[in-house]
Amino acid sequence: MKTIDEILEILQNSHPDVELALESGATGTPWIRVPANAIREVSKLLRDGLEFRFDTLMCLSGLHYPAEQELGVAYHIHSTSKKHSLALKVRVPEEKPEIPSIETIWKTADWHEREAYDMVGIHFTGHPDLRRILCPDDWEGYPLRKDYVPQEFYHGVTTGEKSVSEQDD
Amino acid sequence: MIEAITENGERREMTINMGPQHPSTHGVLRLELVLDGEVITRVKPHIGYLHRCFEKYAEKMDDYAKVIPYTDRMDYVSAMNQEHGYVVAIERMLELEVPERVEYIRVIMAELQRIASHLLGIGAFGLDLGAFTPFLYLFTEREKILDIFEKASGARLLYNYMAVAGLMRDVHPEFKEEVSDFVKTFRPKIKELDDLLSYNQIFIKRTANIGVLPDKVALNYAASGPVLRGSGVKWDLRKNDPYSIYDRFEFEIPVGSGEMGTLGDCWDRYIVRVREMEQSLRIIEQAVDGMPDEGDVMAAIPKRIRPKEGELYARTESPRGELGYYIVSDKSASPFRVKARAPSFVHLSMLPAISSGALIADMVAIVGSIDIVLGEVDR
Amino acid sequence: MTHYILNISPVAILVHAAIPLTIILVYALVAIWAERKVAGFIQDRLGPMRVGGWHGWAQSIADLLKLIQKEDIIPTDASRFLFKFAPFMMFAASYAAFAVIPFSSSYIGSNINIGVFYLLAVTSVLTLSIIMAGWASNNKWSLLGGMRSAAQMVSYEIPTIATVLTVIVVTGSLNLMTITEMQSGNDILGFLPNWFIFQNPFLIVAFVIFFISILAESHRVPFDLPESESELVAGYQTEYSGMRWAMFMLAEYADMLLLSLLGATLFFGGWNSPFGDFMSGPFWSFFWFMLKGLLLVFVMMWIRWTLPRYRVDQLMHICWSILIPLSFINLVLVALWEVIF
Repeated sequence: MKTIDEILEILQNSHPDVELALESGATGTPWIRVPANAIREVSKLLRDGLEFRFDTLMCLSGLHYPAEQELGVAYHIHSTSKKHSLALKVRVPEEKPEIPSIETIWKTADWHEREAYDMVGIHFTGHPDLRRILCPDDWEGYPLRKDYVPQEFYHGVTTGEKSVSEQDD
Repeated sequence: MIEAITENGERREMTINMGPQHPSTHGVLRLELVLDGEVITRVKPHIGYLHRCFEKYAEKMDDYAKVIPYTDRMDYVSAMNQEHGYVVAIERMLELEVPERVEYIRVIMAELQRIASHLLGIGAFGLDLGAFTPFLYLFTEREKILDIFEKASGARLLYNYMAVAGLMRDVHPEFKEEVSDFVKTFRPKIKELDDLLSYNQIFIKRTANIGVLPDKVALNYAASGPVLRGSGVKWDLRKNDPYSIYDRFEFEIPVGSGEMGTLGDCWDRYIVRVREMEQSLRIIEQAVDGMPDEGDVMAAIPKRIRPKEGELYARTESPRGELGYYIVSDKSASPFRVKARAPSFVHLSMLPAISSGALIADMVAIVGSIDIVLGEVDR
Repeated sequence: MTHYILNISPVAILVHAAIPLTIILVYALVAIWAERKVAGFIQDRLGPMRVGGWHGWAQSIADLLKLIQKEDIIPTDASRFLFKFAPFMMFAASYAAFAVIPFSSSYIGSNINIGVFYLLAVTSVLTLSIIMAGWASNNKWSLLGGMRSAAQMVSYEIPTIATVLTVIVVTGSLNLMTITEMQSGNDILGFLPNWFIFQNPFLIVAFVIFFISILAESHRVPFDLPESESELVAGYQTEYSGMRWAMFMLAEYADMLLLSLLGATLFFGGWNSPFGDFMSGPFWSFFWFMLKGLLLVFVMMWIRWTLPRYRVDQLMHICWSILIPLSFINLVLVALWEVIF
């Protein structure tokens, strides 16, 4: 059982060149901010490191920060043997939303990354099968972005309120 | 076994779509199977047919409480557990104290729902293997639970019963009696189920050594709930990461032991669910004894919930496994982001790993044994 | 002379043909209703209760009327002729086999000397019609169902025939009427009827093997793999609807009855009354015969609503490495018993 501060300290000692930061909100749990290019390295250490043993990735969520024009991914990992949990976060600019895939480290990431790609539009480099998962393959746009506007027609079928209200007029 | 061999003697594979309309995919799941005769060489699950934009809806709500009815519709066979997970997350976010009576009622409801959900899961599993009768026997019992829910909440499937820091309404006066009656009548039925299905030789032949999930693989895929416990890992969030008041109750965590074949096969996953129902009965009994007769069912909270800026990931044990809600707040009244981590979604992604080399009939058994609900997979 | 075939008048031929057909049709309507009632009883519910008043007795008739009115759908890419022809061929095969069944002491469609041989030969056409339906539908699930059924029926014909052969060893006749007549009287232990099942302990084993095999031959649970609804959707029937589908159902129920009646004839004294001469005669013999056959049909239903289903390789394993060796060993033992006693 290790606290997030201890984990951060060990990580910083072993990877002095990686910029890690502890962040938190006014409520909830804190998280470690990891640069996108280091996520795979850090994840591998967290999984295999003797003092960490984070054997499961509980959740991987895509996020969109419209104010900063950034996309983000939150990783929630957990260790069943050490019984500690940790949140990691990666943020990348909207123009170049590329994050290395951690599918080889935790298999859960396979579908979760596909979902984040589908919903928020983050490209996970190195993912073996990065396709849309919940939406149809030929869907346009990324639904969970804050500025998302649904396409009006999908294969000739109306999709949203916009076209319905137009019919009413 | 049928083998497709062309004139030159080379083997040809056949691609076949199991679903989206198929009797044993438990909803609208499409499995793209590549068959060599009846042996499956590759399987590719296609999901999304039931996608109802839960996460987008949650962001569009102008109140955190308004998300609760949508959580019901994710895993529609265990709606109480979905609500419980969500309200626990919001309460943690707001750092709220929940009245004692509410906690007890929530636990009773959640455990009853767990039994109801397992009854459906086990029944449908039997049905997949051709045993029709146990399904209807189990449904009779499930019906009794739904009657209790109906009296308490007014609905039989999607309850919208739990509220942030409370309940929508108090339970009916005869609630305790009805629950105790159910516990009494239900206990012998588990024995009956064992006689009828669990130890049926054909059933064992169909499920033992099929779809073996080793514990290492299970953890790497973040399997949880009965699927993980079926692989012999003693892990239950009610004990290992207690939420609500689960730390007050005594109960065991049943795990698979490879009794009929290999550890982590379909039979192990099945029997874990059966044994879990017994443990849920124990929790319910203790909760009924401990439940205060009088008390508020709603804490005093502001009318509109506005958490401070921040985020958390809260997880609870739903009948299918770890149900997590990742909630991000930006101080406004509507959630910035609600992500539901659905156990079925994770379990379904394991399907290709545990089903290569299986027969079509085994595929049906494997899908049944991981007990997915497509509402939760697609959200 | 042109009006006479085998010295029987055309009217007589029609009557002979109509009697088994009537029996099959009435039986099918009753059996489908009974199957649902039995299922309901076993599953602790009521089953059909509405149509016709008393316990929904007219449910099958209503279903039949509905099926007649339904649109006859033929898939675009199906092989049209074979697709249309298969259900009728299947029914024709099971119907034709009824010709040699001795329904009563005074009625048999055709009293030929190779009755058993004819029956087994004609029923193997069923396999052909199922493959035909499965292939002609141009549906992968149908094809899988058809192939499964072919493998299953060809395999299970061997233990069926081997057990039938054990009875032939005892009787020395292939004529089902003769076989039945040999079982009259109540001599065993002074009161038991002279049915073959009581005559020889190895024939009990033979009957058990025979019953398991006919379960598989008529696609009943736990061997209902060709149409296992949770795996193959509906197997070879997937693309069928309306009357063509009803023909399959009819043929299947007719097949169940046929094999049960064969079992009753071979092991349970056919139309012989269990009480010697008491309650015998043409009508009573018909009554006893149908009663025995329907009891076996009931056991099939009972099993169907109790057990899960085997897997296709397990099914083959049961047949080839258990039933077939056992039935042949049993055949030798029965023969030895007959030589010694």
